[in-house]
Amino acid sequence: MRRGNSSPTLLPVSDEWPLALPLAALFVVCFVAPFFVLLALSLHADADMMTFSAAQYAKFFGDAFNLSILWSTLWLAVRATLVCLVFGYPIAWVCSRAPARWQSALVFVVVLPILTSVVVRTFAWIVILGREGVMNDVLRALRIVDEPVPLLFTETGVIAVLAQVQMPLMVLPLFATLSRIDPNLGDASAALGAGAWRTFFRVTLPLSAPGLVAGCILVFSACATAFVTQTLIGGARLVYMPLHIYQQAIGANNWPFAATISVVFTVAVMIVLYALNRAGRMSKAYGDDR
Amino acid sequence: MATIADDPASPKGRPEGELRPLGRRRSGEAASVGRSRPTPWDVRSQRVVFGVLTAIAVVFLVGPTIIVLLTSFTATESLRFPPRGYSLRWYRALLDADQMQAAAWNSLIVAFWTTLASVVLGTAAALGVAGSRTRFARIADVLFMSPLVLPALAFGFAALVYIHLLGFHPSIPLLVVGHVVVCVPFVLRTTLAALAQVDRALFDASASLGAGRFMTFRRVTLPLIARGVGAGAFLAFMASFDNVPVSLFLADERTEVLPIHLWQQIDTNLDVRTAAISGVIIVVTIALMVLAERFAGLSRQLSR
Repeated sequence: MRRGNSSPTLLPVSDEWPLALPLAALFVVCFVAPFFVLLALSLHADADMMTFSAAQYAKFFGDAFNLSILWSTLWLAVRATLVCLVFGYPIAWVCSRAPARWQSALVFVVVLPILTSVVVRTFAWIVILGREGVMNDVLRALRIVDEPVPLLFTETGVIAVLAQVQMPLMVLPLFATLSRIDPNLGDASAALGAGAWRTFFRVTLPLSAPGLVAGCILVFSACATAFVTQTLIGGARLVYMPLHIYQQAIGANNWPFAATISVVFTVAVMIVLYALNRAGRMSKAYGDDR
Repeated sequence: MATIADDPASPKGRPEGELRPLGRRRSGEAASVGRSRPTPWDVRSQRVVFGVLTAIAVVFLVGPTIIVLLTSFTATESLRFPPRGYSLRWYRALLDADQMQAAAWNSLIVAFWTTLASVVLGTAAALGVAGSRTRFARIADVLFMSPLVLPALAFGFAALVYIHLLGFHPSIPLLVVGHVVVCVPFVLRTTLAALAQVDRALFDASASLGAGRFMTFRRVTLPLIARGVGAGAFLAFMASFDNVPVSLFLADERTEVLPIHLWQQIDTNLDVRTAAISGVIIVVTIALMVLAERFAGLSRQLSR
């Protein structure tokens, strides 16, 4: 399962790397090059790229509004990731201990939301969170509230929906690592006198760290850039970076500034992912040390 | 139980229950019951906590899909759940929704070509990267996976700026190229996972029996990784069919795709036809998932 251990040769010839060239060429021309063009555009004052200037960046970082959007986007993704973790970990844990038949049923249930169109999933939440929606009916029936409360177009709503929409990205890598943990380790821990909770926090949780980090990376980046969910559940009042880019690019037709926002956003996400990745590598070194 | 002595916190001779400080703190006297009972309190409490959280999460995961499915059969003009009376009227209304049908058709065409290109390029790249220890292979691996985690909307806008600079206009082929970039990582991932489990001795065996490179690929490698490639193809298809961030910038009115059409419709005037098309998408997705499970072992492919 771990790549690179046995380094399988796919054909009886030692190295097959030229097979990756077509895709590499596509990525250089259609992925790397566009990002460089974007970077170049962000360093110009006009869309025709005639005058070189750093004015767009000065504009972005000089305005507290832009910075608050960047911050609220990252913070939103962090909170949604934490919700995914709190509910995703137990699913993965139960899944890894369930009998085989239940396992595929559970994975199926987990995977269903991520394969259903994100627009459809978000639309479902509009039906649920609206003033006349299911959630308000339930809250009123339980006498938690008397009047319908606004849930749509609130940050709490966005976090809840993001967590539901992206949960599978947390569960799948966690399930993969959890099911690879040797069950004997748990037994050994119990035989040495540790209770179930202690075993969980001292043995299972540390050993599952690589999957946990992988899940956090996927969920964080998906939540930060979840344009559909952010715009439909958050509405026009709650502006996050993706909508900010879209509004500047299409609404205001200010391409250089939209490019600047895109570059700043991409770099910010890369920094968070790099930090998570480092944490993952450290935990992996710890986990493999057996 | 000689190892007990190794734990500084638990000197020899203590009763067993005492060895679980966490347990004692949480339950007080219950800890003295000890491990001899079939399910001690801590095991049981762990099962309850994780079980309850899982149950909530499962309802949370599946609930919205069921609610939207039931709502789509409403006989009224409102999106209230539970609906007052059921009918197929909104599904019949879909038959006249020309714009939506055109968008759905565009989406299917784009997803088809995207999947085809992703499978060919992704499988080849997986074969190249998995067998290679070179610097190129390592860099390529990171590069190929990066569309999964970098802001897709930034890429969508970058692609728009790029094709504008090159003097192109939005078209279906360009949309397909953009989709391939964001969908190929799925094929790559599942194919690499499948390749990692293949025993290289099989290739040596095939070669020593006189098979050429292509013969070995067709008769040995391909059958062994087919399920991984199949699962990747399915995921790439769904990802393309569902893509918004790239289509948002690379599609115009003529090449409008379904998710964009639905997104705009939900944003401007919410109507029940959206629930009906959602119902269709959900049912088709479940059907495709069952097929993918049957032929590619989807749930196993995704959980390794």
